[in-house]
Amino acid sequence: MTGGGLLHVPFEHAMMFAGVLLLLGLAGVIARRDAIFILLSLEVMLNAAGLAFVLAAARFAAPDGQVMFLFVLAVAAAEVSIGLALVLWLYHYKRTIDIDKARDMRG
Amino acid sequence: MGNYAFYIPAAVAIAATFMVVTSRSAIHALLYLVVSLLAAAVVLLVFGAPFAAAMEVIIYAGAIMVLFVFVIMILGRGPHVRRPGPPPAAWIGPGILTAILAAELGWLEAGGGAVVGSAQVSPAAVGASLMGPYLLGVELASVLLLAGLVGAFHLGYRLGAKGTPGATDKAQKDGGGP
Repeated sequence: MTGGGLLHVPFEHAMMFAGVLLLLGLAGVIARRDAIFILLSLEVMLNAAGLAFVLAAARFAAPDGQVMFLFVLAVAAAEVSIGLALVLWLYHYKRTIDIDKARDMRG
Repeated sequence: MGNYAFYIPAAVAIAATFMVVTSRSAIHALLYLVVSLLAAAVVLLVFGAPFAAAMEVIIYAGAIMVLFVFVIMILGRGPHVRRPGPPPAAWIGPGILTAILAAELGWLEAGGGAVVGSAQVSPAAVGASLMGPYLLGVELASVLLLAGLVGAFHLGYRLGAKGTPGATDKAQKDGGGP
């Protein structure tokens, strides 16, 4: 059914795949204290969300999922450029990229 | 039989992502993330989304990962800096995973081509959809990217005006003056 052709993957398995990737990324965001790793895990999560869009749309052979994937891609590109610039700022002022050290706002 | 075309790259992606989250060194995590994105691209290709697969490789595994490499090299410290001596064995894990992906791609090209070739959403359909009902979204994405560009330029400009890290703090303190 899914994707047609020889591929008969249950829809749930495709969604579970995206979900597992998302949860792994979430675990990385929560567990890691290194700003670079947090940004990497955010990339994993955004990628999983985009994958879910495409895989869901592939069930109906619709192009909408790939359109949403492109939007997710744009969001990821903007987010990572700003985020890495902020990491450079953090390193410039704190001499570390451990986000637990960036507590000036008592966050 | 065709189902393995999905489950193999899915397993590779999950394993590589797990290594990303648990890896100690940033550059090793980056290597595994590239492998994870390549595996996700194979999944997209198998699911009949060749355009999304190409974008995944070109933009995610290409452009965005290069940004990470830049920043890690600029920070240039910690365990991810290459030390003299025998080359590290960090390439073995990602290499094996990538070899699995390459083997599957070859298998798809050779025999399982029907999986890739059938019921796919062509790039032309995606483009027509982008320029049709989603035109407003494209404009919003362009505004978002412009905001990202201005923001990154702003942050980088202020950072550059202060000179190189390390030298500036001292210079500012010493050179106080009026």
